[in-house]
Amino acid sequence: MFEEITICPATQAMLQKASNENIKTCFDRVKEQKGCPFGETAGCCRVCGTGPCRISPKKADKETGLCGVSADIIAARNFVRMIAVGTAAHSDHARSVAEVLLLVAKGKIPGYTIKDTKKLLMIAEIFDVQTEGRGIEDIAIELAEKCLNEFSKNEELTFLKRAPASRQALWKEKNIAPKGIDSEVVESMGMTLMGSSFDFKEIMNAGTRAALADGWGGSMIATELQDILFGTPIPLRSKVNLGVLKGDEVNIIVHGHEPLLSEIIVMVSKQQDMLDYAKKHGANGINIAGICCTASEVLMRHGIPLAGNFIQQELAIITGAVEAMVVDVQCVFQSLPQIAQCYHTKVITTNKRTKIPGATHIEFDEKMAVKSATEIIRLAIENYPKRDNLKVDIPDEAVELVAGFSHETVNHMLGGAFRTTYRPLNDAIIDGRIRGVVGIVGCNNPRVRHDDIHITLAKELIAKNVLVVSTGCAAMAFGKAGLLLPEAAKYAGPGLAEICETVGIPPVLHCGSCVDNSRLLIALSEIANIGGLGDDIGGLPACGCAPEWMSEKAIAIGQYFVASGAPVLFGVGFPITGSGMKELLFKEYWDEYTALWAVEPDPIKQAEMLIKWIDNARERLGIVERPARILYDMVMRRELKF
Amino acid sequence: MSKIIAQAAIRGAYSLVSRAEDELKIAIKKFGREKVVEFPNTGYYLPIIYGMTGIAVKKLGDMDEAISIAKGLLPPHPSESVWLPYLGGTLDAGMATLFVEEIIEALKYLEEPMPYLIAPSPDEEHLWIGAADDKILRERGIEFVDGTAPGFAACVGSLPDADTAVKIALELQEKSLYVFMCAKHNGKRMAEQLREKDVQMGWETRLVPFGPDITAAVFALGFAARAAMSFGGVKPGDYRRILMYNRHRVFAFVLAFGEVTDEWYATAAGAINYGFPVIADTDIPAILPRGICLYEHVVPSIPHSEIVSKALQVRGLKVVHTKIDIPVSYAPAFEGERIRKEDVFLEVCGFRTGKPSFEYVVMRPSESVEDGRIEVIGPDLDEIQSGESLAFGLVIEIAGARFQKDFEPILERQIHKLINEAQGVWHAGQRDGNWIRISKSAYEKDFRLKHFGNIIHAKYHEAYSSIVDKVQIRIYTEEKMVKGLLAEAKASFVARDERTAGMTDEGVDIFYSCALCQSFAPTHVCIVTPERPGLCGAYSWLDCKASYEIDPYGANKPVKKGEVIDEKKGQWKGINETVYAISKNKIERMNAYTMLEDVMTSCGCFECISALLPPVNGIMVVDRDSTMMTPCGMKFSTLAGSVGGGLQTPGFIGHSKFYIGSKKFISADGGILRLAWMPKSLKEQMKLKIDERAKEMGVEGFSDMIADETVAATQEEVLTFLEKVGHPVLKMEPMV
Repeated sequence: MFEEITICPATQAMLQKASNENIKTCFDRVKEQKGCPFGETAGCCRVCGTGPCRISPKKADKETGLCGVSADIIAARNFVRMIAVGTAAHSDHARSVAEVLLLVAKGKIPGYTIKDTKKLLMIAEIFDVQTEGRGIEDIAIELAEKCLNEFSKNEELTFLKRAPASRQALWKEKNIAPKGIDSEVVESMGMTLMGSSFDFKEIMNAGTRAALADGWGGSMIATELQDILFGTPIPLRSKVNLGVLKGDEVNIIVHGHEPLLSEIIVMVSKQQDMLDYAKKHGANGINIAGICCTASEVLMRHGIPLAGNFIQQELAIITGAVEAMVVDVQCVFQSLPQIAQCYHTKVITTNKRTKIPGATHIEFDEKMAVKSATEIIRLAIENYPKRDNLKVDIPDEAVELVAGFSHETVNHMLGGAFRTTYRPLNDAIIDGRIRGVVGIVGCNNPRVRHDDIHITLAKELIAKNVLVVSTGCAAMAFGKAGLLLPEAAKYAGPGLAEICETVGIPPVLHCGSCVDNSRLLIALSEIANIGGLGDDIGGLPACGCAPEWMSEKAIAIGQYFVASGAPVLFGVGFPITGSGMKELLFKEYWDEYTALWAVEPDPIKQAEMLIKWIDNARERLGIVERPARILYDMVMRRELKF
Repeated sequence: MSKIIAQAAIRGAYSLVSRAEDELKIAIKKFGREKVVEFPNTGYYLPIIYGMTGIAVKKLGDMDEAISIAKGLLPPHPSESVWLPYLGGTLDAGMATLFVEEIIEALKYLEEPMPYLIAPSPDEEHLWIGAADDKILRERGIEFVDGTAPGFAACVGSLPDADTAVKIALELQEKSLYVFMCAKHNGKRMAEQLREKDVQMGWETRLVPFGPDITAAVFALGFAARAAMSFGGVKPGDYRRILMYNRHRVFAFVLAFGEVTDEWYATAAGAINYGFPVIADTDIPAILPRGICLYEHVVPSIPHSEIVSKALQVRGLKVVHTKIDIPVSYAPAFEGERIRKEDVFLEVCGFRTGKPSFEYVVMRPSESVEDGRIEVIGPDLDEIQSGESLAFGLVIEIAGARFQKDFEPILERQIHKLINEAQGVWHAGQRDGNWIRISKSAYEKDFRLKHFGNIIHAKYHEAYSSIVDKVQIRIYTEEKMVKGLLAEAKASFVARDERTAGMTDEGVDIFYSCALCQSFAPTHVCIVTPERPGLCGAYSWLDCKASYEIDPYGANKPVKKGEVIDEKKGQWKGINETVYAISKNKIERMNAYTMLEDVMTSCGCFECISALLPPVNGIMVVDRDSTMMTPCGMKFSTLAGSVGGGLQTPGFIGHSKFYIGSKKFISADGGILRLAWMPKSLKEQMKLKIDERAKEMGVEGFSDMIADETVAATQEEVLTFLEKVGHPVLKMEPMV
């Protein structure tokens, strides 16, 4: 009976259990909470005390708000506020990581180390940090300080220079190259104040700067500094879905977005004293599993299994087998402690930014990270004897997967240590074995059939030789459907399958958490820089899609991809469709960015649209046919650069 | 199924790494960690390890580090299900394999008896010649620079029968490729099959029997790494550029003949790092997508009749091949072919047979030349007995609107190479000192004297079309006629020599630039003057002039000297500007006549290096044929590494042999009288010129005052010798 709302068998089973036990989840609440029909398409303005004003989408060109504000401005304000919030969330995350790096480098916090010195040196070079003749800690201190300075500085963000030169020039020309991350958020918010700007393109430009400050600022700082602290991901195996929970072990779920605490929890959970403590409480071990992006972070670096994606968070508790659900920040349901009341599960909040009434709060102090983690794990272990086995039902589903596809992994897997390169990828695209690349990213949304849009779309794309790269909750959906297995190459078209077989990869690559979308920006830049497919991200046969999006972070991500040159397609719905913003985002952006937004809820039509974009790009690049083989004589060989 | 290849290659890598470890342990036990280990006469140590990591393996003890790097590169074995990406790991396993194979091969040089003959070609008893020394590298490397050798075929294993082996070797030779052979299949190796059929092997014929095992493949890949370092100016340790240089310059590939073992796969994975694909005659899995190589990576199941042309296609190599209408094969590979006395059908050589011979190119008015007319005047091969000789006058008449009298000797000098490249024909010398042999087998294949005409006519038109309009060839074998024509030719030779000898740098307004080696040494530019030819010795001022006429957009351009900046040191405004521009704004000034400041850069092709010997107040010269340690503490090969690559290194210059005898030889620094040490063999070659130059400067019998390796190995010993013989440099003003 739950097949219509989710394609995930474990989710179906748990919904059945919830129904039997009379517990409400988001899958029930979606029936009651229909959503505001005005806000859905643009026309809800609640930025001042004269409103909220509402404008019917059918009369958008006639009606105004009480102050006279048009639907276009209302839409732009709402949209830009969403961007600002998304950027703020990612950047707050980044700031925490930079602060930890600084303290680690200064030797002020035990527990953490600098794991990837190669990456430290590489990023230090980008930030013009002198590296020769200096100690690692010294370099890390200066780098962390410079990263912290990115939030407030009055110059262009440092990472912008990693984009192709032509894209950088475009940003300069359009005056949308972001400066300090905080100030871009502030400025964009300021412009959305009642009675401020009435030029929706200007409002959008401020939003674009804020979005770029996320992708090429906050998110990228978070990703890169996390790699420095915790190691750059390399390919590894793991499992996904609620079946990863163990019947005879202490199950601790880490949920949220920042790996600062979960990294230490993973480390401490392996300590013998903790294992002994668990044994003492009757458990055979300690099993850490993840939900949301925290899960992807610890998966990518440690192979920690994924319990499930965003809308499975309540269901994890409903298994009755979770001793503790430890949450950090973002995408957390307020309902968790309420559901946990039905079981022995302890919901533990750890960050002052995300406290929930009814949860146990153990403030995570980076300076005493091991202590915090130990306290949390002990609490979970002590909770194990309270597990009521009569209430336990762990679904069978635990699907194997391969993850760890960082930019560095891709470079190595295609060329080895001596020829690290994207060349084979570009050549495969030029030759048409790979038709194009689509990033399917983003959330789950209970308003659509859970995971279905993701899977239908991805299967459709890979069958047509489109390589799919993925992050966040979308990647978990693919894992559950077995698409992150190298064996899934059998679902791919012949060209893509041949590449999968040559390299030994799945047709869908898990590239990390949602801040790791910054890895995709670097990958796109590399594809552009390596040659043969133009010299810009704009115009590549590559695009993005968030078919089950829900978070404001997704809007920020979408906008920074568009402004970076990658067209973006959203499913579910889009909060500007009832305004003149449509013209700008869905059409005019093409001339500005060689990229645009589009909305389409149906996965088959999404696939058609994405493939159309790809095929158009291929046509513009002149690679519709496989290029003729060039044979080189001496004169031609001399022209080849080495 | 790439996974099968990955699994096999990774297995092979593990097994070779553990073999190398074991063999090293035994060697260290036997000889100790301090035991010197090296490939013969090279400045590049174990070149793959040196090139990729910058580690100079000099002693057994140094090998540990290389092995531990190799071990660190070994990836986990790809699993049967839920495998992790394996392509990158396989490439790494391949590189690890090359490192340890180099160690395994280097250890063989410690064995008694040593399994390799240290020579450019095999002899009766020894088939395998192992690593090429730096002399071969420099001689042969230049062919990769100018394109005469587009690359090499690393042939692994053996063919089903010796005839097929000969056929494939010949086909590769005809494509101008080097054939590097190693490894056994079915109890045989390709080189052994060629030997069965009495095929001449060695660097001269481009058929190189490296070693009996697959590990000997590192000699081919080490040669490639050294080419990048010596000609590409790539620094050791800059692995990426070394590999990319090979991907884009050295168009090599692997031909796998027979069952591909794990160790073959592992070695092939190493070769793929260089961009060298594998073409196999067996039914192994394919890897067709491109990226690391220019096109496919592994192409299986190719029949022997198609394998060479398929290999060229897979590598992306275009071999421009003018079909010449002669009944024998024709390619640069046959230039080094010998013809033994008992195989000679006809021998032509004035000073050996008593019957006069000469060859001569002469410019004629257009109306008196009929293009393509080839006449043999006198008896041809059918009219003589095997082993007989004939008088021989080869007269080539050329007409061309843009042809000049000065081009005659340039085209004449080509006769040697052009005739030599025919299979079964051997040529040496020039003018009236020429010496030709035609083999019995060439005669049996219907080669006749007129075919010399066919070769020359075709090749002159191919290479010199912009200056040559018509070519007519007459071959005289009537002794009387030959004698008469010889007198005319000799008069012309004398006139030419007088003209060339009289040419001075002051007598011309224009020098020529040569940027031929820029594709390899991007900042290098040669300035060629009448008294200072290109440092490779192959391009004189006249050659450059002709080359410019032939192709105005080519590597040689005229340069106006312009305003004199320093007459003594040889610096001109026009030359500086050109050097600055052609060196891509890297070299601002250049002096032609001093080795002490703003010296001419060197690419890597130099015949000789001159180096300052400060305590002696003089200099030493060493040529690339000499392998001994020199008084400056470096062998030629090591010196070459620090002088080449397009850098200005004051105190060191690369130059031609000719320049030693030039009046402009470091004339600003004191000229030839500064010469304090040189290899004995070079001294003997240059004796006449050296003594002539010194005599002009007032010193008699100067060559006897120059120390050589038989009397001095160190600067101190050089000084002692100079004092003993009263060398003039002792009284000259301080050089620096």
